[in-house]
Amino acid sequence: MKLSTKHLLGIKDLNREDIQLILSTAEQFKEVLQRPVKKVPSLRDITIVNLFYENSTRTRMSFELAERRLSADVLNFALSSSSSAKGETLLDTVNNILSMKVDMVVMRHSASGAPHFLAKHIPAAIVNAGDGINEHPTQALLDAFSMREKLGKLEGLKVAIIGDIMHSRVALSNMYLLRKMGAEVVVAGPPTLIPKYISEALGVRVEYNLKKALQWCDVANVLRIQLERQNQPLFSSLREYNLAYGIKRKMLESLGKEIVIMHPGPINRGVELDSDVADGPYSIILNQVENGVAVRMAVLYLLANREN
Amino acid sequence: MKTILSEQQLALTVKRLAHQILENNLSLENTVLIGLQPRGIWLSDRIVQELQKIVDPAHIQYGKLDITFYRDDIRKSLHIANATDIPFNLENRKVVLIDDVLYTGRTIRAALDALLAFGRPSKVTLCVLVDRRFNRELPIQPDYTGKTIDTIISQKVIVNWKETNGVDEVVLM
Repeated sequence: MKLSTKHLLGIKDLNREDIQLILSTAEQFKEVLQRPVKKVPSLRDITIVNLFYENSTRTRMSFELAERRLSADVLNFALSSSSSAKGETLLDTVNNILSMKVDMVVMRHSASGAPHFLAKHIPAAIVNAGDGINEHPTQALLDAFSMREKLGKLEGLKVAIIGDIMHSRVALSNMYLLRKMGAEVVVAGPPTLIPKYISEALGVRVEYNLKKALQWCDVANVLRIQLERQNQPLFSSLREYNLAYGIKRKMLESLGKEIVIMHPGPINRGVELDSDVADGPYSIILNQVENGVAVRMAVLYLLANREN
Repeated sequence: MKTILSEQQLALTVKRLAHQILENNLSLENTVLIGLQPRGIWLSDRIVQELQKIVDPAHIQYGKLDITFYRDDIRKSLHIANATDIPFNLENRKVVLIDDVLYTGRTIRAALDALLAFGRPSKVTLCVLVDRRFNRELPIQPDYTGKTIDTIISQKVIVNWKETNGVDEVVLM
């Protein structure tokens, strides 16, 4: 058994078996991370470069830790300290790095499709760590892993994705993954932040009323407003957004049932999530971060061993 | 196809291995048993069942180890990992590793490597059901052996268990 793809560019390219293989391998890596020595020698002959053309805390650290726990050699590239400022193209940068015998590329880029472009031109395996408003596959995988760990299954699960659906790569990857694994998905948010034909395209239901979405779901995956990707005003103010779509403790308590609160980070406290919700008993936000390392170890392990 | 151990012989052999382990680790107080995933678990489960008949089951510490991430042929083909379950520290404990067939010795090498992630055992010994003694590629020998056989590489030793194959037997193909 192995993955059907050479790269991890998006959940769109994976099939059910791939997703199951990644999640079950991640379970074994999660056990590795509980050991006194949290490191295995699996990728000691592999060199990985982390190319981050866009800012990141969690994802970059999580990938780097996953790589080191697998004993890979790690190179880090940050836009601010690189030669890109001198006008070097993406392909030139990557080819120069690859000539130093690098086997895998983990890349985040603000342009949607940047990793797909690279995959066409270079021989190394590529892992997409977020490309523009397209996909963030490892986030969706770790979200699925965390949901499955908490609630025991994905099939038939009711998941509400709430917030800036339009600009969120986490939302798109989550929708692909959850639909492939048989979960039901509702997207909720202001009409200006939800793409028009999303129901037809992705098999999800649209809900503009936050309370109704929360009442329906088992899991609420709450997203940040991606102001940096919005080049026109799409709602009047963050305060108004909070009033209509911010999740508050009181509202959760009035539902008459327990739902799980997730957030891919970074959280804008007081906008999409109030602090007492983010830190409250329903939240599994920090479990998501913990699981991220195991899931990324699984992805890297499975891609590194795909050749031959 | 040749039968190496029949159902009755296999049952007796498992019993003998359990007694031999006990002989060297009286009362099992500082000893832990670790079966190797995936196929060694069937043998280690049986040995533990035998031991439970003789000593206080509370004294038996039993874990399962998967060595997939420590293999030296990891790039040749993808191996799917099984669960590791070692809920205790191995620091200064005596470890008995249990596997079904000892062949090239490479699995045991990986297992020795993997064990170190759980602490530094004071001693590690090896218990196998079948020892294919002339096929070793590393200097590794068993301490407890069910049956020693002479085979060539093209032959295959197949261990069947009632739980998975409906019959207890070891055959040579």
